[in-house]
Amino acid sequence: MTQQDTTRASVFAAHPGRGEEKSRFQIDYAAFGPLLALAILIGLGAILNPTFISIDNLENVLARSAFIGIIAIGATFVITSGGIDLSVGSMAAFSAATMIVVMNAAAPLASSGYAAIAAGVAAGFLVTVLAGLVNGAAITLGRIEPFIVTLGMMGILRSLVTWFADGGALTLDFAVRELYRPVYFGGVLGLSWPVIAFLAMALLGDFVLRRTVFGRHIAAIGSSEDVARYSAIKVSRIKLLAYVVQGVCVAIAVFLYVPRLGSATPSTGLLWELEAIAAVIIGGTLLKGGRGRIWGTVVGVLILSLISNLLNLTSIVSPYLNGAMQGAVVIIAVLLQRPSQR
Amino acid sequence: MTLKRTLIAATMLGLAGTATAQEEKIRIGVSIPAATHGWAGGLNYHARQAIDRLQTQYPNLEIVLQTAANATEQVNDIEDLNSGTMTALVILPFESAPLTAPVKEIASQGVYVTVVDRGLSEPGIETFHIAGDNPALGREAALYINSKLPDGGEVVAMRGIPTEIDNQRVEGFKKALNSSIKILDEKHSNWNRDEGFAVMQDYLQRFPKIDAVWTQDDDTTLGVIDAARQAGREGEFFIVGGGGMKQIVQMVKEGSRQDVPVTVSYPPSMIATAIELTAEHFVSKIPLDGRYILNTSLITKENADLFYFPDSPY
Repeated sequence: MTQQDTTRASVFAAHPGRGEEKSRFQIDYAAFGPLLALAILIGLGAILNPTFISIDNLENVLARSAFIGIIAIGATFVITSGGIDLSVGSMAAFSAATMIVVMNAAAPLASSGYAAIAAGVAAGFLVTVLAGLVNGAAITLGRIEPFIVTLGMMGILRSLVTWFADGGALTLDFAVRELYRPVYFGGVLGLSWPVIAFLAMALLGDFVLRRTVFGRHIAAIGSSEDVARYSAIKVSRIKLLAYVVQGVCVAIAVFLYVPRLGSATPSTGLLWELEAIAAVIIGGTLLKGGRGRIWGTVVGVLILSLISNLLNLTSIVSPYLNGAMQGAVVIIAVLLQRPSQR
Repeated sequence: MTLKRTLIAATMLGLAGTATAQEEKIRIGVSIPAATHGWAGGLNYHARQAIDRLQTQYPNLEIVLQTAANATEQVNDIEDLNSGTMTALVILPFESAPLTAPVKEIASQGVYVTVVDRGLSEPGIETFHIAGDNPALGREAALYINSKLPDGGEVVAMRGIPTEIDNQRVEGFKKALNSSIKILDEKHSNWNRDEGFAVMQDYLQRFPKIDAVWTQDDDTTLGVIDAARQAGREGEFFIVGGGGMKQIVQMVKEGSRQDVPVTVSYPPSMIATAIELTAEHFVSKIPLDGRYILNTSLITKENADLFYFPDSPY
């Protein structure tokens, strides 16, 4: 896409998707590609091991994907605005560490375990929103490249977790954990809470990105910051908000993550940022900004989780080659959506 | 990284500056992996404890601790250790092969080298070598599983971060395991709790019958316990880990979980032994030359107390 095209796409942002379609009957490869890759993957998996498509297995994979998924929904906003956030993995670890420390400290003082959980969750949200604000402010007010700001934040938060945990593990108080456990393992109508939260966040994210003024401004800024500025869009404020949205998404993911294993270690959330970014790009969001697809991101996350699940369920490939398989599928999935970007 | 190297270089320069001022300064560099997983966290804890203790005790002793996240970083770190001012280097190599040449270079400049745990690829570089017994960690686990499944059975194994340690442990495990016991699969869970949880979830989906799980790492065991609980298959199999993490040792000691009856020791505190002995060699001139292999033993309800350190992070 040339610069001109990109700019035009933002003008058409009022009718998302339509600006890119050349005719009504042409297949939109960008939307279709990731779905096709997902379908192939599921088909292949079902042939290799029938367990793969069992409800229990899919439920496991969905629940596991929920953390990266919710974080990736936030990343879709940041990337659509033309930015990038490399600090989400460390932010998740830091938020988890904060939640656990506060819950453990509050448990003996609070009247009920639920109060301790509420205090911990509030603290966890507070730190991620703050981290998002600092990222956003350094990028907009400080005029530093997002890559550098968030790379710095990644290092700072990761070290803080290691320092908090003294290099070991922070473990949630046993009684609190038993109360909190159903948030990951419970659910309604056969769906676990993480899956429900993932779905709800996707619906909400899609609505905000496509149907609200905020979402359209994000895409417009990602297409061309200058044009957006001339159009009287408050560029700095919107960009800053995108990083705060990312922070909130991380906090929601961590809220679901902590009850799973009840611990945070220096390796918690390691490389989640790359998984989230990969999922966003597989889903058809442009890395340079201007076009975001929340549902594409959801499909991207599922593709990534299903690959590692499938590799665990089979013994065809040497486990040394897991990374190579994942890398290959990522590239193929993105290749499948190339025609529309020509 | 660059900042860290600059800082280390600056520290070294600072040390070099004071060298002329004070006499008989003993400088020891300690290079170990960063606290990126539980066991390494314990390693860092015990290293810092030992260093604090020694520096308080001997004012003329200067110990610099470097932690590296991977082998390349570790090579950079020890290259930055200005060997001209170093008395000794205590190193736990991330990987044997890439660290061999740089450590040899330092040793050739007259620096005393203590190697901890993983050996270097070439013999004779170090003067003192202290190590745990990696093949034995696998072997002890296998022997216990043999004793519990005399009529054979099916086990799933988990591998660690792909390194020589992992290979040695897995090899030791397979060699000692009875031929009547089948290893269903061995996936990498990288000595990590989250990945242990995910890999176990998938194993549970895939295999209707599992008699035992070998995780080779206690952190991973905790993930496995939760996966089993979620699938409603707790108690169907027993889990053998390794390392001697305090939560697991406590379970073994109290007998609170039937499915975690034992674990295998692999004490990260061996770094403290290495630092203390190396320091004493120069301060008190105790003889130190040769190899010291720590026994790897099965931690059971009876002896768990000996392996329980409630204050350690690991």
